[in-house]
Amino acid sequence: MPADAISRAVSPLQAKPVLEVVGVAKSYGHIRALEGVTLDIHAGEVVGLVGDNGAGKSTLVNIIAGAIRPSAGTLRIEGREVAFASALDARTAGIEAVYQDLALALDLDIWANIFLGRETLRPGLLGRLGWLDKRAMQRRAAEELGRTAIRVGSIRTRCRALSGGQRQAVAVARGLIWGSRLLLLDEPTAALGVEQQAKVGKLIEAVRARGIPVILVSHNMPQVHDLCDRIVVLFQGRKIADRPASDMTIADIIACITGAGITGTREMHA
Amino acid sequence: MSDAPTPSREAAMPAPAARRVSRAASLEFLSRAGELWTLAILIVLIAIFGILSPDFFSRASWLATSQFAVEYLLLGLGETFVIVTGGIDLSVGAILGFSGMVGAMVMRAMIYRHVATDLDLIAGIASALTAGTFVGWLNGQAITRLRLTPFVVTLGMLSMCTGGIYLLNNGGNVGTIPDIVGTLGSFAIGGWLPVTVLVTAVFAVLSALLLAETRFGLRTYAIGSNPQGAARAGIDVRKHLVKIYMLSGFLAAVAGLMVMARFASASVQAGANDELDAITAVVIGGTSLFGGRGTVLGTVIGSFVITVMVTGLILIGVQPFWQQVAVGAILIFAVAMDQLRDRLLDAF
Ligand SMILES: Nc1ncnc2c1ncn2[C@@H]1O[C@H](COP(=O)(O)OP(=O)(O)O)[C@@H](O)[C@H]1O
Ligand SMILES: [Mg+2]
Repeated sequence: MPADAISRAVSPLQAKPVLEVVGVAKSYGHIRALEGVTLDIHAGEVVGLVGDNGAGKSTLVNIIAGAIRPSAGTLRIEGREVAFASALDARTAGIEAVYQDLALALDLDIWANIFLGRETLRPGLLGRLGWLDKRAMQRRAAEELGRTAIRVGSIRTRCRALSGGQRQAVAVARGLIWGSRLLLLDEPTAALGVEQQAKVGKLIEAVRARGIPVILVSHNMPQVHDLCDRIVVLFQGRKIADRPASDMTIADIIACITGAGITGTREMHA
Repeated sequence: MSDAPTPSREAAMPAPAARRVSRAASLEFLSRAGELWTLAILIVLIAIFGILSPDFFSRASWLATSQFAVEYLLLGLGETFVIVTGGIDLSVGAILGFSGMVGAMVMRAMIYRHVATDLDLIAGIASALTAGTFVGWLNGQAITRLRLTPFVVTLGMLSMCTGGIYLLNNGGNVGTIPDIVGTLGSFAIGGWLPVTVLVTAVFAVLSALLLAETRFGLRTYAIGSNPQGAARAGIDVRKHLVKIYMLSGFLAAVAGLMVMARFASASVQAGANDELDAITAVVIGGTSLFGGRGTVLGTVIGSFVITVMVTGLILIGVQPFWQQVAVGAILIFAVAMDQLRDRLLDAF
């Protein structure tokens, strides 16, 4: 795995896109949340996914994460078509998402939330009976959280006792720990203070350095502009812009989001 | 500040964050203290009854109380798992009666046909356990496939199984079962440990380990805490819930066998209204009706609060019906504490 990640980091352009989204659509009854969205994500790339409320950002993130199924269109991972039946399939493929509504089990401790769904079991017979290796999970969670520089206090604290920002930090840390192929962050900094937002920014940089691409949904335009290599704008369920961040000013991005900039949009990737 | 759990981590944090965490630690204690209230109530009850009636600490009193507790505790064990997932199982009392009746009728049929005696016992036990587990499976399927609330499904199942008990044997009790059943049911090891209590204790320990130490238990809490989040973490919530209701049905069948053993017969009345006491025992024991929180130890203590009160009141010469009044009051108190706790944690 590490060798794989390094080779992807070293030669991002030679490889196939890590993820290809082809003509994806999603309807809820007569509401069209997404229509014909096509998108490539390459190794080591941070892509900002922006749009007004209801533009379809979370729907797209959920589809890529396997949490909801598209009404039409396909996903390809490293050139191979995949059909995720559940979030588990996507996680198995190395795609990890931090959801807008966090998806933490508030009654569980921090370490349990980080390991939920991929628990470490004791070796031997006990393990086959489903016996948890709590110590190993607590140790590893503390190590990994230490590496991410996210401070949340004791690893044995229940998430209900954490502040909003700390809960978000746990969710982000979980994504960072497990995302080995693609990390999806749906408004990860919405509940964070300025200092913690900056930390999440640093973490995203670190993930990129490992060659793992990131899709970042955020309303914080300066952050998106600074952090992202490429910016994709959704407007009423359609992709209306997909351009290198260096090509756009913050004012351009905002114009696209509000729909005012549609005429001036050059489609680079679609 | 003295209750901060890990000083080294706290030290690395700026002062306001450290304060926040140590407040979290004290709320933490509050949120884990569910069983402590109940244990305090139990100890006070035992002390009061012990002072008012010297007979309370007699062997006869212990045997009566513990054998009485068996029924609520076994039902309460399954109910603990169900309530931790955020559900409810109203059918446990009816499953108790139904599976006991199925088991007794299988035994009786084999006795009439002069089948070897060991076999009729084993076949009776197996069919009772199968019947209970199957009804639990039906509950789980109806809840997860038809997307009905557990309340509605298990209320319907309560009615269906109650009807089934009467239909099976035309409303009659079944007393023709192997003698060994009644013998075991009234036997106490060393004079102090009834076999039914031993069996129940084994299931209680197994349940406690299952809930607290295994992946199955962790996922049970996760589903009760945030079902959507659990699904996103890759847990098959549907399958897990079906297993939970099967476990509840299985334990209700074990309770059915214990009750059959104690009375050396299967009664059409067995288990009637037991679900209310079982749920009460679980909730008194600190398990949250909102799901996500609870322990087997709490349920054990809760069951004893309910049963100690019955024997205690009889021994001190008070009408035992006061037990129901007192249990109801304790139940309301327990839920009020639970909600207060949640509000304190969320306000923070
Ligand atoms: N489960 C759902 N049922 C019906 N409509 C939905 C559902 N989820 C999202 N939508 C609709 O789809 C559109 C896109 O939503 P969403 O992806 O959450 O937008 P964003 O994250 O960009 O704010 C909105 O109009 C929203 O109301
Ligand atoms: Mg959204």
